[in-house]
This record gives sequence, structure tokens and C-alpha cells, in this order.
Amino acid sequence: MKVPVTVTVNGQVYQREVEPRLLLVHFIREVLGLTGTHVGCDTSQCGACVVLMDGKAVKSCTVFAVQADGAQITTIEGLARNGQLHPLQEGFWEMHGLQCGFCTPGMILAAYDLLQRNPNPTDEEIRHALEGNYCRCTGYHNIVRAVRYAAEKLRVQA
Amino acid sequence: MYPASFNYYRAMTLQEALNLLRQHPEAKVLAGGHSLIPLMKLRLANPPALVDIGRIAELKGIRRADGTVVIGALTTHREVEFSEELKQWCPLLPEVAAHIGDPPVRNMGTIGGSLAHADPAADYPAAMLALGATMKAVGPGGERMIAADEFFLGMLTTALQPGEILTEVHVPVLGKGTGWAYEKFPHPASRYAVVGVAVVVRVENGICREARIGITGAAPRAFRATNVEQALAGKRLDEATVRAATENMVSPEGLLSDPFASAAYRAHLCAVLTRRALLRAAERAG
Ligand SMILES: Cc1cc2nc3c(=O)[nH]c(=O)nc-3n(C[C@H](O)[C@H](O)[C@H](O)COP(=O)(O)OP(=O)(O)OC[C@H]3O[C@@H](n4cnc5c(N)ncnc54)[C@H](O)[C@@H]3O)c2cc1C
Ligand code: FES
Ligand code: FES
Repeated sequence: MKVPVTVTVNGQVYQREVEPRLLLVHFIREVLGLTGTHVGCDTSQCGACVVLMDGKAVKSCTVFAVQADGAQITTIEGLARNGQLHPLQEGFWEMHGLQCGFCTPGMILAAYDLLQRNPNPTDEEIRHALEGNYCRCTGYHNIVRAVRYAAEKLRVQA
Repeated sequence: MYPASFNYYRAMTLQEALNLLRQHPEAKVLAGGHSLIPLMKLRLANPPALVDIGRIAELKGIRRADGTVVIGALTTHREVEFSEELKQWCPLLPEVAAHIGDPPVRNMGTIGGSLAHADPAADYPAAMLALGATMKAVGPGGERMIAADEFFLGMLTTALQPGEILTEVHVPVLGKGTGWAYEKFPHPASRYAVVGVAVVVRVENGICREARIGITGAAPRAFRATNVEQALAGKRLDEATVRAATENMVSPEGLLSDPFASAAYRAHLCAVLTRRALLRAAERAG
């Protein structure tokens, strides 16, 4: 069985026929070729695969592409505007919020979800919001700094 | 990892979902997918068909009908966590929801899915028992109401019948003089409850009129600590009374045991978390 889906990813509309068992992360990576979204654990734990679905952070390794039919998806590729990094991306750069970078796309999109809800989070709130995102390199400290940097910058811009 | 192939059917109304389940009796319901998809990826579940109920508008939302709060089965953990209405009407539930998994999990997982799945380490079942909630199920034989005390039958087993869909959860509005609390010892890796204790107490002039205690994670199914509930009725909820009532409250026999937490350790956690939850609830009851 193949099912038609229409998914808007980073503002661009894609129509494809997919097997119902195709996971959203494979749809994004393999069908659309957007490899910024990573597969880490593949067991819903690590958050490397986090994307925004209708504005909310979800683990795309645990969502079927058919569930995203009609949805708006944002991946890491969709954050920069006109060659200008998003404040979260800039924050990870400036604060050394990454080493190998494997967790970074998921971290940034989970943090994006937080900052939409809470533009001025405490360090503790940042840590709680990123509970579902594992980093094996940084020790998290600079990730918290990066999110704080972005929060400040976004507040100034607003 | 990818699941075995299956056929996919999407229902836009409850009636459509019931019809699809009748036409495909071997099908499973898909709500948020955050229990089912991991099982399918591990091939521990291989349903030949899924009926996706995730878009059924009539199964969404939170409303109040007199002294009862009605929560649609598709209400996500995140919606419960941030619901201003629930914070006023039944604040135990937002407190519990905030403990489930992590934010992306809470964005997808639903209250109906969690209750229907009845994972022994899930958080909501404890709250349903403490609140005296009622589940509404609709199936081929019509609709029926199932009390929380009769809902959780065993490991991953509920009173729901094949072809039935859980549509609503009914919980009482918590009035003045009522205190509540949820205490959880999360597994450090999975965040599921090693033990979770939900408590609702009704206090009048400093005296406990009613205590309801739901415990999850400890046993194959969530259960009520009726011995402690009875021991506290008519008493003042001070530290000494609560301590006496909770000491050795659960026997390790029949409790879950794994490399992380033995049955004896779980029994100990039951007592400690019940004590903490009761004291916090008593303070809130005023
Ligand atoms: C990484 C991770 C961590 C988690 N941590 C926790 C935690 O700490 N605490 C916790 O409680 N849970 C936890 N969960 C589970 C999560 O809460 C799930 O969302 C929930 O258990 C299932 O809800 P769902 O909507 O995703 O259901 P699904 O996965 O879609 O369905 C689960 C089962 O219920 C059935 N079903 C679903 N809805 C209905 C309905 N309305 N009527 C009848 N049958 C139905 C399905 O057929 C299936 O058998 C975690 C999950 C993950 C992936
Ligand atoms: S790859 Fe999805 S959570 Fe780890
Ligand atoms: S930077 Fe390497 S996993 Fe986070």
C-alpha cells in the first residue's frame, strides 16, 4: 500500500507517495534529501531527529510520514534567512555550543520550541526543555549558554 | 529500524474510526504513536493495519460540565501540562503531565493513548486512581463509562474491548479544601516512573476526610493504597501520622523487579513517595 502525502518543509510543498511505515525522519532525509536532521538512537530517546511539526518539536524517528500529511515542517535547513544565521545557530557558534555537531540540529529545534513559549527562560528551564536531547560531547554547559544568547538576541530584535 | 508493512486508514470522525475497526478487526488504533511506534520499530508489535484517529476533532479539547472536567482522549500531554483551565479545575493533571518523558514526547503523546496502553510505568494511571476518574469508551455495543478502579487490569491490559475506542476522561473539579500532589522517581535513562505516587486529599478543619492514593511503576498495574487511605481518614495529616501510616505500606511480594530497582527497593520508594506526596497535598489543602 502507498499513500499520498503533502508536506510543507521549510516553506516548500512536497507531494509524494509513501509506504505508511516510512518514518518522517527518513522522508526528510532520504525522500527529500535534507540530511541536516540526524538519526541518533532511533529509539525515541536522544532527540537528534527533532524537527518542528506545526511549530512544535517532535522526534521525527517516532512519527510516520503519513501523520505529517498536511503539516508544516521546519528542519535545521529552514532556520537561516537570506544567508543570515538564526540567533540560535549564531548562539551555538558564538558560545561553542557544539563539538561534533551531531546533536546540534535537534538541540536547536527543541530550543526553538522553548523560546516560542518562553522568551526569557532560566537556565533551569532551558535544561528541562532539552531533557529529551542528548549531547555526548559538550557537557551541556555551552548549549545552555547558546540558548540564553539566542533568547537575549531574539528579545532585543522583537 | 523500520516497522513491518501495514495498511493505513485515516478516520476523520469517531463513527468512521469505529467502522474502520469493524472492517479491519486486526487493526490497531494509532493516536500519538509514542508507545505504539517504538514497539512496531522493535517488531514487538506487528499490526497488519492501523486506524489513525489522530485528526478526529471530537476527541480533542478540555471542557467543564458542572463538577466534572471532560478531557478528550487525543489531548496531548503538552496541552494538559499548559492548560490554564486544568490548572484551575484539576491542577493534579498538569503536574503529572509535566513529568512525562520530555517535551517532544509530550508534544505527540495523548492522554487516551497513555491510558489505553496501560504501561506499568506510565504516569497518568496513578492520577486517574487518585482522582477517581471515569473513562468513556465507545464501541460496537454503544458507549459505556468505566471507573478507573475497574480500568487497569494488568500489564498493558485494560478493560477496553477489541473495537472500542477510549473517547473521554472524566475527572472531578478539585474544590476548596482539596490538596493534591504527584511524586515521581524517574528511571534516570528512560524517564518512565520507577515509582510514581499521586495523592488527592480532602481536609476539613485540619482533619482528613478522604485520601485517595494511586501508585504506578511499582507493580504490573497501577493500584490504590487503600490501607493507607483508611488509616488516614479522620486523622490530622501531620508528619508523624503520615509516617506511621506509610511505613511498610506495601509488601515487596508481587512488585516489579529489574536490574535498576528490586521489588524491595520499589516497596521502599512507595512509602517514601507516598509520604512526600501526602505532606505536600495536605499543605495545599490548607
Ligand atoms: C522516549 C519516551 C519516553 C516516555 N516517557 C514516559 C513517561 O515518563 N511517562 C509516561 O507515562 N509515558 C511515557 N512515554 C509514553 C508516552 O506518554 C506515550 O505517548 C503514551 O504512552 C501513548 O500515547 P500515544 O497517544 O502516543 O498512543 P499510541 O502510541 O498511538 O497508542 C498506544 C496504544 O494505545 C492504543 N490507543 C491509543 N489511543 C487509543 C484510544 N483513544 N482508544 C483505544 N485505544 C487507543 C493504541 O492502539 C496502542 O495500542 C514515553 C514515550 C517515549 C517515546
Ligand atoms: S533518533 Fe529520534 S530520538 Fe534518537
Ligand atoms: S556536539 Fe557532539 S553530540 Fe553534541
